Amino acid sequence: MSRNEEEDSGFGALRDKISRTRGRDYWRSLEELSRTDSFEEFFIQEFPRQAQPLGEGVDRRDFVKLMGASVAFAGLTACNRPAEKIIPYVRTPEGVVPGQPLFFASAMPLAGVATGVLVESHMGRPTKIEGNPDHPSSLGATDPFMQAAVLSLYDPDRSQTVRHLGEISTWSEFIAAMQPVLRDAQANGGAGIRILTQTVNSPTLGAQIQQFLTAHPGARWHQWEPAGRDNAREGGRLAFGAYVNTVYHFDKANVVLSLDANFLNCGPGNLRYARDFMSRRRVRKGTTSMNRLYLVESAPSSTGSVADHRLPLKPSAVEAVARAVAAGLGAGGAAAPSEHAAWVAAVLRDLQANRGASIVVAGDEQPPVVHQLAHAMNQTLGNIGTTVTITDPVEVAPANQLASLRQLIADIRGGSVRHLIMLGGNPVFDAPADFEFRSALTLVPVRVHLSSHYDETSELSHWHIPETHFLENWSDARGHDGTVSIIQPLIAPLYNGRSAHEVLAVLNGIDLPGYDIVRKNWQGQGDAAAFEVVWRKWLNDGIIAGSALPARAGSANGNAAPPAPAAAGGIELQFRSDPTIFDGRFANIGWLQELPKPITKITWDNALLVSPRTAARLNIAPEDELVNERTTILVRIHYHGRQLELPVWIVPGHADDAATVHYGYGRSRSGRLGDHTGFNVYPIRFSDGMHVGHGATLVRTGTAYKIACTQEHQSLGEGGDRGIIRPTTLAGFLGNPEFALTKFDRPESAEANESMVPAWSYTADSNGNPLNAWGMVIDPGTCIGCNGCVIACQSENNIAVVGKDQVWRQREMHWLRIDRYYSGSPENPQIYNQPIPCMQCENAPCEPVCPVEATVHSAEGLNDMTYNRCVGTRYCSNNCPYKVRRFNFYQYSDYFTPSLKPMRNPDVTVRTRGVMEKCTYCVQRINAAKITAEREDRPVRDGEIVTACQQACPTEAITFGNINDPTSRVAQLKKQPHNYALLAELNTRPRTTYLGVVRNPNPEMKAE
Amino acid sequence: MSEQAPLHEVRPTTQRDIPERFIPVPIVEKGHTFASVTDQISSIVLKKKTPIGWWIGFGITFALVQVLMVTLARVVFGGIGNFGINHPVGWGFDIINFVWWIGIGHAGTLISAILLLLRQDWRTSINRFAEAMTLFAVASAGLYPLFHTGRPWYAFWLFPYPNTMGLWPQFRSPLMWDVFAVSTYATVSFLFWYVGLIPDLATLRDRARSRIGQTIYGMGALGWRGSAKHWSRYEHAYLLLAGLSTPLVLSVHTIVSFDFAVSVIPGWHSTFFPPYFVAGAVFAGFAMVLTLSIPIRKIFKLQDFITMKHLENMGKVMLATGLIVFYAYIMEAFFAWYSGNVYERYMILNRQHGPYKHMYMMLIICNGLAPQMMWVKRFRTSATMLFITAMFVNVGMWLERFVIIPTSLSRDYLPSSWGTYHGSPWDWSMFVGSIGLFLCLLFLFLRLLPMISIFEMRTMLPEADVHEAEA
Repeated sequence: MSRNEEEDSGFGALRDKISRTRGRDYWRSLEELSRTDSFEEFFIQEFPRQAQPLGEGVDRRDFVKLMGASVAFAGLTACNRPAEKIIPYVRTPEGVVPGQPLFFASAMPLAGVATGVLVESHMGRPTKIEGNPDHPSSLGATDPFMQAAVLSLYDPDRSQTVRHLGEISTWSEFIAAMQPVLRDAQANGGAGIRILTQTVNSPTLGAQIQQFLTAHPGARWHQWEPAGRDNAREGGRLAFGAYVNTVYHFDKANVVLSLDANFLNCGPGNLRYARDFMSRRRVRKGTTSMNRLYLVESAPSSTGSVADHRLPLKPSAVEAVARAVAAGLGAGGAAAPSEHAAWVAAVLRDLQANRGASIVVAGDEQPPVVHQLAHAMNQTLGNIGTTVTITDPVEVAPANQLASLRQLIADIRGGSVRHLIMLGGNPVFDAPADFEFRSALTLVPVRVHLSSHYDETSELSHWHIPETHFLENWSDARGHDGTVSIIQPLIAPLYNGRSAHEVLAVLNGIDLPGYDIVRKNWQGQGDAAAFEVVWRKWLNDGIIAGSALPARAGSANGNAAPPAPAAAGGIELQFRSDPTIFDGRFANIGWLQELPKPITKITWDNALLVSPRTAARLNIAPEDELVNERTTILVRIHYHGRQLELPVWIVPGHADDAATVHYGYGRSRSGRLGDHTGFNVYPIRFSDGMHVGHGATLVRTGTAYKIACTQEHQSLGEGGDRGIIRPTTLAGFLGNPEFALTKFDRPESAEANESMVPAWSYTADSNGNPLNAWGMVIDPGTCIGCNGCVIACQSENNIAVVGKDQVWRQREMHWLRIDRYYSGSPENPQIYNQPIPCMQCENAPCEPVCPVEATVHSAEGLNDMTYNRCVGTRYCSNNCPYKVRRFNFYQYSDYFTPSLKPMRNPDVTVRTRGVMEKCTYCVQRINAAKITAEREDRPVRDGEIVTACQQACPTEAITFGNINDPTSRVAQLKKQPHNYALLAELNTRPRTTYLGVVRNPNPEMKAE
Repeated sequence: MSEQAPLHEVRPTTQRDIPERFIPVPIVEKGHTFASVTDQISSIVLKKKTPIGWWIGFGITFALVQVLMVTLARVVFGGIGNFGINHPVGWGFDIINFVWWIGIGHAGTLISAILLLLRQDWRTSINRFAEAMTLFAVASAGLYPLFHTGRPWYAFWLFPYPNTMGLWPQFRSPLMWDVFAVSTYATVSFLFWYVGLIPDLATLRDRARSRIGQTIYGMGALGWRGSAKHWSRYEHAYLLLAGLSTPLVLSVHTIVSFDFAVSVIPGWHSTFFPPYFVAGAVFAGFAMVLTLSIPIRKIFKLQDFITMKHLENMGKVMLATGLIVFYAYIMEAFFAWYSGNVYERYMILNRQHGPYKHMYMMLIICNGLAPQMMWVKRFRTSATMLFITAMFVNVGMWLERFVIIPTSLSRDYLPSSWGTYHGSPWDWSMFVGSIGLFLCLLFLFLRLLPMISIFEMRTMLPEADVHEAEA
């Protein structure tokens, strides 16, 4: 039957009717159906021979026929089609091949800066996020937050409807409700209207807000971000007299001094910075120089784990070091005598020797004066213009957010706020404790909250509007250097959400879809046809080329205010955003909750991090029965008259007399996973100590607390020298490039490989066709332990989340883990990160022990796992010396939550209970590339296959490829003099090998 | 004497010219006749009234079987995660208990087969009972490999059968060898036990009063009439089965030890595991026979048949095998040190000083020191002391498997993936449940079948000692 005939027969109407019915109504609709004219008409046309008038009753035959028809149409309801007239795929859209993914460029905004992404879409469903190689903030790399964005899109606990006073409502009701407000606003100039947003860096949204403010001069706009960068902003203003944005070029710096800055893993541009910084630390044959990183910080960070000289100091002591270095450089201020004079002197000499090729970078948590001094030092060293670029801010309206929020609270309490429109954010949860935002909020007569979840703030709002995810809406945003990306949606909003643009459009009285809003903002008055070409290019590239902000003139003023008197004694409390769930917004994202935090390897919890010595003073020792990788002790913090209990965690390398807490945990309305996990630290985060609080006292309680940590506090020496990480210095490398090799790493004698089974040739198959031999080289020297690879692997391979209890039982499922080892003194150890995927051993111990041959070797050297053959004896895991196999002790994969189904990678099996799984080198990607290559009748090119971990890695520490191809990058790396195999003495012949770690300590300074 | 005379009637120890002191203590106490032996043993089975003690014992153990059933249901429907296993410890109580039970079974086979071939007559009093114990221990053991898998409903894939998938099992895997070893062992042990039962089943058939008893025992007796031809066939079959069983005593635990020895894990990868495991199995088996026979001979008043001589002999075997096992512990430590291998050295240090050091200490006490009491004849001939020692060994052999399996797995090569292991409540319930299954089957056996071989006991009597010269 052709389409026209369908229309004539009323089939469309019939289909509409059926599609409106729900599953449980079929039986009833059967009776109803039989009585409609259109159905009879359709029935006669469709089955003319059987066509007979249906009587009052339905006899058995008719019943069966009707039931068949009814069930056949029932499938139509399953497709959730939009209400508008839609066009079916008469001709398949360009590029869509069933089973083949498409990639779309977009950008993920987070805390005032956006990073470009490429989103993998399978038949209209975004399934995986990759970095956009063209985006300056990403260069193709991703961080865990970006990887987890697909899960936050499909989060089953997202808010699904507009709510008014907690009851389900609609968008049109909201618009109707806003009309009197807007009429009033027109009359009185918007007095009493306040807009509260997070940091806005979308030019379009900024323009919309400005438009509203212009039209309503009485209205005010406030921004609040709990993990905000007020200190950096104010520091910039102290130095340059205006808010600025600082862009660093670590690839040009020989010496870097970090003043409490975790610049490789936090803050704007961290992915780019990690790439640039590590480009100077990639030690290969012939390398004679490396950059050098000096770092002062209190809690060991990812950046600290790769520092050549790390000075653990409590947060307030960093300023003194900054002043000392600045004074030494003549950049301003006078240095007080310091107990770290030798350290400072060495840093000084190194910086002075590298004028114009060094960077001083201050951490966002350090007070403005440290930022000012850092700018002044860069100025004095001639770095500004070479390694440091100062531009105008990337934010639309940079402001001191703390002051802004304080003003808002004052206005509310003063009674001048009548309408509070909160676009995103969760201030009830994360505003400073002394602002008492919760009680203030209830004073506002009309409260509107746009939010992805019905959260703590939504609960107290009159109107709650579900917010679209960035994969669902149109927007735009700037990267760390100002480069603009257009954010394009990959999927229609799953839950009828609205973007901030659409809410503002309502406020502005222009009801336009997000697409038109964003497009209009960029089109301006220009020629429409020409703009279409440009627009398409922008969308295609994911960036607007040349939109990076230009360098700004002006020089830094180093006249720092005199140091404030030393604060009261006691423990210094350092507040940091959580490395995995950030400020709490990702609390319901299982991937992020279960991600072992860098250095501590804690999951599902936050803890009070203290040094071994501080812990000892609290009467807590690592030998304590209660303190191990499974339990710890609750410690009560007395601070500013409040008390809070947190589990204590001893971190080697933490500064003494200081403790670090991460905020973001302890949500009460985030969803099924995030609620009541961890401890809410916001109640002790006051506006006078947003980042550092003084005068805390810690008291050990007797209460034990279960903590799910994936790795004990191993040091490298534990269990004897096992050669797991093989470190040296640059001088050591130059003296002996083969420093990492043991007798087991040398080319083996024939005797060592003697076997009754003839060796498999990986070079050619039985027909003489050349074979690929997949291999990987990991450079732990450039690994910062950021976890990007771990979660990329989880997303790519449909790895299940198991929950805190199961992690506590050591049953986490990550195929790739990052091991962390310490060496040296517990006060200030060297820290090493080592990603461990499956080694894909050629002599794999796991293979012969499987009684059912569920794990076998492929001709290309992959250690394949056949899930549906596995009976789950776990012998393979027992016999794996690297312990990289993961077993489904329960049904971990969620088979039943509907919203999670479209998230899965269709190319990877979702595993069932009772089977073993492990890293496959992303075999689905290998096979896809092989099929393409075979169709084009050519070998697979080097770089054509990129594993998920490799793709995510900001520092390019992971290289994958064909080791049979001598020109491939991986084969080149395997030839490096310091390439070694882990546990080579077992003769497992792993395909994954490691490079020895080379660090570059200053020969003047004695080794720590 | 005809060629078909029963072999075990030729008894060199009864030669006249042997001095008095070499004539062993009789196996059956004085004063018994053919009739009294038959009466006493068969009456335990045939008497109408079941003793109340039996009902209590059976009731308790049957309740434990229900604990087992609940556990299995939970594990099959819920997941293997109910057990305490994790990464890196993939095997815990499941394999500990499997090896423990298989080891216990060994005494039965050793007593029936090897001692038969070595013509150790004293075995006659305990062989039936020990063989039954073997069977029940193997049944308990067999549960574990099946239910320790993640998907037990596919466990049949371990058997080599023609299938539509066109796949064979992995013959290189020691678990595959286990399948053959344990299933062969179970089959041969059952046949051996059953063949040995046939003449006694006929006795029971003839003596049973109830119709049901006559029918069921009659069916079991397979038409045994006690003709000379029957006896001749019987002796041949029994001897052949003994011959078949003998290598099994050595092979089964050798192959079980390959599960560990073939792997690469420090603490598992060891060439001396086969003899060490076999000795351990015999050690454990005799301890269990003692554990069971001491109370049973007391309760059923069988001191005449299971005499102190039996107990003492078992104590001696326990001492001998215990010394082998203790030697293995010492050698394990010595080789770890002597190898200079960092992983091996750490493995021993970890056993002695790591998180499971208490287990290791208790192991040395139970298996290394406690059996030394058997040097003293006074202890060897005291049922109480023997029972206490046997209990030490039962615990010790379980600890040995704990020390080998989870302790080695919990800390292997990469310190980053070290972990800890504790049995979960379901691990314990399955363990207790399998003990319940074992004892429950034993109670049924004691009530329904003659626990001592009647006809063989009769041959132990002086009346049976017929010689050609006197005939």
